[in-house]
Amino acid sequence: MSKKVTIYIDEKPYQAEEGQSVLQLALANKLDIPHLCYHEDLKIEANCRLCLVEHENKIVTSCNLKASEGMKISTKNKELVEMRQENLKLLLASHSKNCPKCKKNLPCPAFGLMQKYGVTSDEYQRKMLDLAIHKMVGAAELDPNLCVRCGRCVNSCADIGINFLKLEGTSSDNHLTYNENPKVDCIYCGQCTVHCPVNAIREISHLEQVEAALADPDKILIAQMAPSVRASIGEEFGQEAGLNLEKKMFTALRQLGFEKIFDVNMGADITTVVEAKELGDRLRKKFAGEKTVLPMFTSCCPGWVKFLEFYYPDFIDHLTTARSPHIHSGGAYKTWWAEKTGTDPSKIIMVSIMPCTSKKYESEMEKLTFDFQGHKLKPVDYVLTTREMAALLKKNKIDLPNLSDSEADREGTYSGAGAIYGASGGVMESALRSAAYLLTGKELPKIDLEEVRGMKGIKRATIKIGDKEVKVAVVATARNARTVLEEIKHKKADYDYIEFMACPGGCIGGGGQPLTGTFAIIKKRIAGLYSIDAKKTVRRAHENKIVQEFFNYLADKPSLASQILYTSYSAKNKFE
Amino acid sequence: MQQEELLIKLEQAGIVGRGGAAFPAHLKWKRIKDLSNPKKYVVCNASEGEIGVQKDFYILQNFSEEVFKGMMLAMDFLETKEGYFYINRNYYEQLKSKIDPLVELFKQKSYIINVFIEEPSYIGGETGALLNAIEGKKVQPRFESPSPSVLGIFGCPVLLHNVETLYDVARVATDKFEKTRFSTILGGNKNGVYRVNADEKVAEVLRKTNNYPDFDFFVQVGGGASGEIFTKEQAETATIGGCGSIEIYPSTTTDYDFLSKIFNFYEKESCGKCTPCRDGSWQLKKLLDGLDKKSEIPWLEIKPIIKVMEKGSFCGLGKSIVPPVRSYAKNILGIEV
Repeated sequence: MSKKVTIYIDEKPYQAEEGQSVLQLALANKLDIPHLCYHEDLKIEANCRLCLVEHENKIVTSCNLKASEGMKISTKNKELVEMRQENLKLLLASHSKNCPKCKKNLPCPAFGLMQKYGVTSDEYQRKMLDLAIHKMVGAAELDPNLCVRCGRCVNSCADIGINFLKLEGTSSDNHLTYNENPKVDCIYCGQCTVHCPVNAIREISHLEQVEAALADPDKILIAQMAPSVRASIGEEFGQEAGLNLEKKMFTALRQLGFEKIFDVNMGADITTVVEAKELGDRLRKKFAGEKTVLPMFTSCCPGWVKFLEFYYPDFIDHLTTARSPHIHSGGAYKTWWAEKTGTDPSKIIMVSIMPCTSKKYESEMEKLTFDFQGHKLKPVDYVLTTREMAALLKKNKIDLPNLSDSEADREGTYSGAGAIYGASGGVMESALRSAAYLLTGKELPKIDLEEVRGMKGIKRATIKIGDKEVKVAVVATARNARTVLEEIKHKKADYDYIEFMACPGGCIGGGGQPLTGTFAIIKKRIAGLYSIDAKKTVRRAHENKIVQEFFNYLADKPSLASQILYTSYSAKNKFE
Repeated sequence: MQQEELLIKLEQAGIVGRGGAAFPAHLKWKRIKDLSNPKKYVVCNASEGEIGVQKDFYILQNFSEEVFKGMMLAMDFLETKEGYFYINRNYYEQLKSKIDPLVELFKQKSYIINVFIEEPSYIGGETGALLNAIEGKKVQPRFESPSPSVLGIFGCPVLLHNVETLYDVARVATDKFEKTRFSTILGGNKNGVYRVNADEKVAEVLRKTNNYPDFDFFVQVGGGASGEIFTKEQAETATIGGCGSIEIYPSTTTDYDFLSKIFNFYEKESCGKCTPCRDGSWQLKKLLDGLDKKSEIPWLEIKPIIKVMEKGSFCGLGKSIVPPVRSYAKNILGIEV
């Protein structure tokens, strides 16, 4: 147990853990100290100089000031307030003018600080650098002229294990840019965007396209929401992390004008069945002593897949050929649902609401298109991040927490297995629930696989399926992926099945999630997902009646099935 | 000589850091000596990034053996054999023929002195930035704590001294120290580096070196960027602080000329890490860029910026813009900024 110390902030006593910073303590007690470069999961930089406090007659930053017994801190004197305000004016010079988001009047943390501290961002002019916006393919973009050089994106990119972003140059030329090393590339995970306090790194927006489609009477709009979004979007509306708002989201999506409300969770059930079957096949071969490629890797995270295709292309054969959940359901709705309802599939606009930026990149992949009823179709047309969806709701004055509940349309029905896809370990657990049945004809004795749950970056377990042992691992972040891939490369491990995700905690900690995210918040969101699963009567993907109906439809259409269920991979170059 | 004896001599001679901070050397030595780390480093700082200051160059040109001896004494005191000689590229190129043979000579005595060549910059001489540079990291300052004496480079304590301090150490050890220091003089008739009494008054130094101007003037003492401004009258009682330099300006120097020099220097030399220094210095430069040479100086706009640089900058670089600007305003113009 760590020692407690008493410190005085503005003459009031507070209990702090020894070693805790004054800023952490203040935030934990809801005291107001402005800050931009501080993020509780990242390295302390103390660059922005906003979190100034007074200690022993000196003005110091509170982010790196450790609490010690009897310490006296002032946060309110006039000089401090002036200093913070002046700093903010300098830091955000010309911010509103340059921010495409602000032109849409969408709030960001910088905007909040400006309002709170009476800064307009027009007090000073910013030095404009002759630097172009860099696009990380279809996923995200960085605008060096909006950046406040706080270093959060750079440090989060390093923590993920990529080191694509960097701050370069001295004095006012110090700017955000990317690593030119040909062996280093972005994997589109978007962790930079979820750590940027000023929208200098942001998702590539699909909002305008979605709004245009919603206004187009000739289009049929279908919304499908990823597992994670329902447990996090409430944070954008001041709700507790992990609170499941799916039923209110279904109502909200209808209010926005979507005609059909389906669910990526249903797609996750499709993925589970396809993937479990492939795993079953590979394991069966292994048990029979035949040649097969193991361990099998999951492929539902496009960031992870890009990581493998760029950094470890020799491992491509290990990836499951199953497509990812929203691509599966998108394909299903544009074929099976369209046909059974007599809907023109070329008029359908599939919009996925995802906790992710790499799903935008995935949605644009040519290789995922398919031919149906004489049309060449994309499984998903647009991807909105959780943040974009919240912005769209706010813009339409839809007060999400206070909406009445409603259900998704019938074809959005999902099992508990689909719900946990959002958490690291969820894909593995779902697949094993179904693979066990496919291999043995019996269900696993215990449905909850606790050993693959939780925030740990690498989880290892051995699961008994019948009389056989299956060795599995669950890996989150590229840094940990590298560790495990090196183990395999050097034959230090003999896994059968590995789940990989680019982001900490899995999709629930994804790059498209609300900026409120921290490891502590992500844990709460994860708890939300597992409680959805626990309450479901159908908890195995293969028992989902909708999924069964979809597979029955495909049973006599092998060509269509191969087009909309499977994919392939190839080595990738930088910026590809 | 006994180690304890040297420590007492350093204390009695009043040896202080000559990089500008004037911290008593013996305290630093003792603190590091008392640490149980198996490995410690001695580092000599020959970055000398202040405008116009050349005393470290002068010392290396004329007394490099003593500087290396000072390093050796410090290494012996800490019972270590490894050190870094951190020198800016311009200096190294001119002094290579003196430094390289000394490194070789000490190598034969089994002292490893690594020459680290720095790309010349103001920040490069800042303690944290210097240590980061040696470790191959970004040349930016570090937090004050832990002190380099505890955690300097590669996880080990570092005894870091300026060139002149190490020279003083060698002089003390051989009982030749005479409470003098080196002063760079600029803007006079006989510019150069002079050995002067450590507590000499500025005007006296100018007279003794035949640099006292025959025109009206003011001086900047302790660095051509960060040094304080004194009038001709104040120079009679002011002592030479900081890194010991004296720069003479004729009274005809315009506010614009003086402030441009300072603002341009800070704008160029900020490392870019923290808001007040990076953005503040650029805004200051821009304020003057928009003026013609005879316009009023916009003090009302300058004031909040230099204040936030003073109170809010991450390291000493940003803070050090305040003494020259504030003392210039006060002593020359009679205004409080």
